[in-house]
Amino acid sequence: MSEAPLLSLAIWIPILAGFAVLATGGDRNAPLARMLALAGALVGFAVTLPLYAGFDPTTPAMQFVEQHTWIARFNIHYLLGVDGISMLFVILNSFITVIVVLAGWQVIDNKVAQYNAAFLIMSGLLNGIFSALDGVLFYVFFEASLIPLYLIIGIWGGANRIYAAFKFFLFTLAGSLLLLIAILYLFFSSGGSFAILDWHQVPLDAQEQFWIFLAFLVAFAVKIPMWPVHTWLPDAHVEAPTGGSIVLAAIALKLGAYGLVRFSLPITPDAAHELTWLIVAMSLIAIVYIGFVALVQEDMKKLVAYSSIAHMGFVTLGFFVFSAIGIEGALVQMISHGFVSGAMFFCIGVMYDRVHSRRIADYGGVVNTMPKFAAFFMLFAMANAGLPATSGFVGEFMVILAAVQSNFWVGFAAATTLILGAAYTLWMVKRVIFGAVANHHVAALTDVNAREFAILALLAVTVLGMGLYPQPFTEVMHSSVNELVRHIAVSKIQ
Amino acid sequence: MTLAEMQFILPDLRPAAAELFVLAMSCVILFVDIVVKDTRRTALFALTQLTLLGAAFVTWSGLSGEVSYTFSNTYVHDLLSDVLKLMLYLTVMVVLVYARPYVIARPLLGRGEFYSLTLFATLGMMVMISANHFLTIYLGLELLSLSLYAMVALDRDSPKAAEAAMKYLVLGALASGLLLYGMSMIYGAVGSLEIGEVAERINAGVANHTILVFGLVFLIAGLAFKLGLVPFHMWIPDVYHGAPTPVALLIGSAPKLAAFAIVIRMLGNGLIVLSHDWQLMLMLMAVLSIAIGNIAAIAQHNLKRMLAYSAISHMGFMVLALACGVVEGDPRYALNAYSSAMFYVVVYVLSTAGTFGMILLLARSGFEADSLEDYKGLNKRNPWYAAILMMLMFSMAGIPFFVGFFAKFSVLQSVVAAGYLWLAIFAVLMSLIGAFYYLRVVKLMYFDAPTDDTPIHTPFEVKALISVNGLAVAVLGIFPDLLMWFCLLAIRLSLAVLG
Repeated sequence: MSEAPLLSLAIWIPILAGFAVLATGGDRNAPLARMLALAGALVGFAVTLPLYAGFDPTTPAMQFVEQHTWIARFNIHYLLGVDGISMLFVILNSFITVIVVLAGWQVIDNKVAQYNAAFLIMSGLLNGIFSALDGVLFYVFFEASLIPLYLIIGIWGGANRIYAAFKFFLFTLAGSLLLLIAILYLFFSSGGSFAILDWHQVPLDAQEQFWIFLAFLVAFAVKIPMWPVHTWLPDAHVEAPTGGSIVLAAIALKLGAYGLVRFSLPITPDAAHELTWLIVAMSLIAIVYIGFVALVQEDMKKLVAYSSIAHMGFVTLGFFVFSAIGIEGALVQMISHGFVSGAMFFCIGVMYDRVHSRRIADYGGVVNTMPKFAAFFMLFAMANAGLPATSGFVGEFMVILAAVQSNFWVGFAAATTLILGAAYTLWMVKRVIFGAVANHHVAALTDVNAREFAILALLAVTVLGMGLYPQPFTEVMHSSVNELVRHIAVSKIQ
Repeated sequence: MTLAEMQFILPDLRPAAAELFVLAMSCVILFVDIVVKDTRRTALFALTQLTLLGAAFVTWSGLSGEVSYTFSNTYVHDLLSDVLKLMLYLTVMVVLVYARPYVIARPLLGRGEFYSLTLFATLGMMVMISANHFLTIYLGLELLSLSLYAMVALDRDSPKAAEAAMKYLVLGALASGLLLYGMSMIYGAVGSLEIGEVAERINAGVANHTILVFGLVFLIAGLAFKLGLVPFHMWIPDVYHGAPTPVALLIGSAPKLAAFAIVIRMLGNGLIVLSHDWQLMLMLMAVLSIAIGNIAAIAQHNLKRMLAYSAISHMGFMVLALACGVVEGDPRYALNAYSSAMFYVVVYVLSTAGTFGMILLLARSGFEADSLEDYKGLNKRNPWYAAILMMLMFSMAGIPFFVGFFAKFSVLQSVVAAGYLWLAIFAVLMSLIGAFYYLRVVKLMYFDAPTDDTPIHTPFEVKALISVNGLAVAVLGIFPDLLMWFCLLAIRLSLAVLG
């Protein structure tokens, strides 16, 4: 293990780079702002790589731990660390940030510095969420990350951006405020500690667990988002600029699910078992009902947004079958969805930049004018539908396997996603990509340029690589997930 | 006491040295205003700032953990008073810097009285902060209030200001009457108005409980008027809206510090034995204030009015902590709760000063910049000012990493510590409503196009100070520990019940 404070670097390099980008000022210095942002994102990504290289997969303990007293008055610490569950998300997030900066390279020409700075600062804050081991530190990052996304949607978003920005902010704030109360309650019941790992060991009676679990659930369900509190997501996605959609889908949606594994399951295991029916029901509704909703969408971004909700239903389902394979499957699904949905939104962004429409009906026969692009889009669509040999398959398969083990009918219902997912994704691809050239906009399309090609290729390699050889992703999870499964099998009621 | 026993003894003046200095200088400034003819009042401005600086020096050099009394125990000097007074000087100095370009542009406001009245108000607040006797509290409060009534009406050609001044005077006088009436009841019950003695005698059980509680009700009503708690909040929106912006800034900031001090001294020290009764009243008013303040703020189109309602909800939040100090007769939670409330007040004053400072900064001759519409597209006109106001708004909404979050955090933890979980849940849900109207200001600045392209001219010192003010909200949000400890220490050394 190296001695450098890698996690702090992963958090603060993007944030400081963000402020440096802000300092470049107005749009006269836009090229400088872009270069600086790319440099910040690349350095930020580079410092997360040693996290993987230096990671010891044999232990479930936290690694790369940094601890400093932050607010002594309340025993709050600047306590960072990652285990097999969170480490990959830090890397994923830093990777996606590079993609996002590149995705907005030519497209964003209004307030370039502020745009890139918002994404860099957000990237740092998200890394903070994944590596914070102190409840208050977690909460601070968790809530602070709302600010950049609010601005991103509100400033660079589409026609209905203001409504979407407010809805996004207030929905997620509503959830997280109850989290704050739960955090304070745990502070007192743990005898004055804000360390999340201490909370894992605090005995709580059934009623306490019930309420804390519900508070957590509200906070995280809104973030995930689970049915029925998912309604902010399609709005936010549709109105956000491409980069915003990518970050939302690839990273921000993972926060809630991560919260479930880090907080809900280990802190309130009995309540989690008790309320499994609720989560499973919500997950299955998300998978089946939202799958049908996705089918009828006319807006491509909305369609992918709904498909994200369905995929996240898979993730929550995987957590709440309480087996190692289910949880690992869910985690793999989260990471895979990060790449795939990011790629899907990028593809839609590529078309939107040319035609300025996201309506499926405005396209048709894109393959004739954009053959290279069509190939990539097809690949990501397949991954989104969970085709074997793409990353989308691995997680879904593991979750279905675990679900069938625990209850056949739950597994059966979950497996319908393989049909539904294929239906809505491929039907969209058919209408957009294939067929005859639909109108003069499509006829005038130019194929992807070098920058877009590079981004697509990078994502395609990752999606295929993860699908063909998922072991590098799963092997680092094993001991942490096994420990988690062991931990939640033990009752905390005394 | 017979006549023969009464001797003239020169009281120890050291605990009140800063007050005497400010008093003397206020008189000097009144005199200088007559002698020096200068429409910009540069000399007066400089003298006032020097006075505050001098007072800060006097207070700073007397800074210690010792508690000393003077003027026959009616006046106290302790760490709480020192800390609050230093904050007070700082706030008033900042207020004057923000106000200066504004008052220069408006000759009616920019007269010498502006400065001398500000100093008299400051003196009143200092007396309130150091009062150890109910009548001293009253004295300080009246000095403050009378100065402020006059200041609201300084702009005598404005009907709005005159209306606000009238409302303020009538309701303020009513509140003072209530307060005085409550004090007389307490005197009737215990036979003393010195805070320590009141506490002792109630403790000894010699006082008539019914009369005490009766007096307490009036006392609380009077205090609630001054703090602006629902249902005694009616004057706040009108006065904030109608008063000239620099005066609204003064009313909205520094007096909260003094009001906090008298609440702590009267209730926390004098009447702590009755905590069961007054905590209930405070809790009720806190709940109403948080709800009504936040909900009514949504409907406002004027930024000053919106801030008035937000002030009501913030004071409700602060009082929430004060109402959680004693649980079932056990004062173990008092230190935590009261120091959280103090931290909240200090943070609130800091953010309010910055926000009103921004209104003053954007105002120019003949233009007030107090309508929400005036903030449209500020990010295009001046990204730095927009960023500062955004930080202040997020801080007031309680979003991290800004210090307002830790203010809310400390209050909420003291509420949870006392076991009032539902109260905490109610408070956070209401702050969700609050987040909406703060976000709306951010929306106007960042998402909308500017309607007004007049360049913003700002004197250097205002620009520097507002930058420091905005950054302080962020820096304190990352490192709040020191300020928290100061509040904790000040309360610990001043609260008798902690021994």
